[in-house]
Amino acid sequence: MTQVSMTVNGKSVSGDVEGRTLLSSFLRDHLSLTGTHVGCDTAQCGACVVHVNGEAVKSCNMLALEADGADVGTIEGQANPDGSLNVIQQAFQDHHGLQCGFCTPGMVMSAAALLKENPRPTEAEIRKYLEGNLCRCTGYHNIVKAIMAASGQDAGKIAAE
Amino acid sequence: MYSFEFEKPSTIADAVAALGAEDAQALGGGQTLIPTLKQRLAAPSALISLSGIAEMKGVCVNDDGSVSVGGATTHATVASEAAGSYPALAALAGQIGDPAVRNRGTIGGSIANNDPAACYPAGVLGSGATIITNTREIAADDFFEGMFSTALDEGEIITSVRFPVPQAASYQKFLQPASRFALVGVYLARFADGVRVAVTGASEDGVFRWTEAEQALTKEFRPDALMDLRINPANMIGDLHGSKDYRAHLVGVMTKRAVQACV
Repeated sequence: MTQVSMTVNGKSVSGDVEGRTLLSSFLRDHLSLTGTHVGCDTAQCGACVVHVNGEAVKSCNMLALEADGADVGTIEGQANPDGSLNVIQQAFQDHHGLQCGFCTPGMVMSAAALLKENPRPTEAEIRKYLEGNLCRCTGYHNIVKAIMAASGQDAGKIAAE
Repeated sequence: MYSFEFEKPSTIADAVAALGAEDAQALGGGQTLIPTLKQRLAAPSALISLSGIAEMKGVCVNDDGSVSVGGATTHATVASEAAGSYPALAALAGQIGDPAVRNRGTIGGSIANNDPAACYPAGVLGSGATIITNTREIAADDFFEGMFSTALDEGEIITSVRFPVPQAASYQKFLQPASRFALVGVYLARFADGVRVAVTGASEDGVFRWTEAEQALTKEFRPDALMDLRINPANMIGDLHGSKDYRAHLVGVMTKRAVQACV
């Protein structure tokens, strides 16, 4: 076992892990932050997306020890300090951007990474950016609407498909 | 995953030393290796992460105009940092996987793995790049030795890749949308002394140069120059995503598109 230390959602944390412990396992099993979901476990579905030093990564495809010293952000750290939903989360609720909700943490984390790099994306840019986030309910349309709305754009302009 | 030790050295020398241990293996971004380990298809005694080696990261333009990419540079970094110096390579990097994969996956990891459908082998071979390791320089033409096979020795590390910058270049990827790899990808580079065409995704031997197309395009650089050329489907990959004939056909189509993008 090796000790790993990192900052998660602004708090310093540490734990003893094996070389093979995944970042997703460390978050879920060691820190009980179960908002990060493991869907496919093969880096296809994106339910496990978290931010490592500000960049979206698939936490089921990264070793916990690779994140030693890193600044990690998960879905649990997304709400406003008073506990209310942040702009992206609120937009997902307003536009029914989820059905079963399993993919939602990864969708929200990817959306946050997209809007940081591109604050007013087009519909096409949103769909392109979400290529690595799969929604098995196929609820993409409202997810795209929510992200349009969260970026201050008119979500009504998206054509129904 | 089977159990393994983990080390993250901060210099190439320390990484080389650590890789001297029996069954130790280098870890790039892990976007292929970690899924492989999960399936217990590999059982290294130790993984030596290359992600902590600062001298292996980043893109720079050399005095002779060539572009060097550190072996541990992520696809996302190449997509942004090479956009000005080698746009076709940056565009290739920006099409690999998805954004989260591009934030982890590295050029060194990709070409050391030499997946027959990966994008980078086409860019490296099509550019006629040079692979620089901790011990030597290897020309791209001598590096790729067939599906998942390269000229790298045990424990040898790709420290950087040096690309001559062509007059014009284009990567045309026919996406396999489930895997996000190339069903067929063609990288075309036009230099003063000739054209290079490298094809990924199509052959059972991995990335290859389509020399007939290179000769035809060197003589006459327009899509119609390829009109009478056919790839032999016998060595193509045939699977549920596309037959041998389909892939052979796509090689021609994607090469024509690459020429069109360059004129």
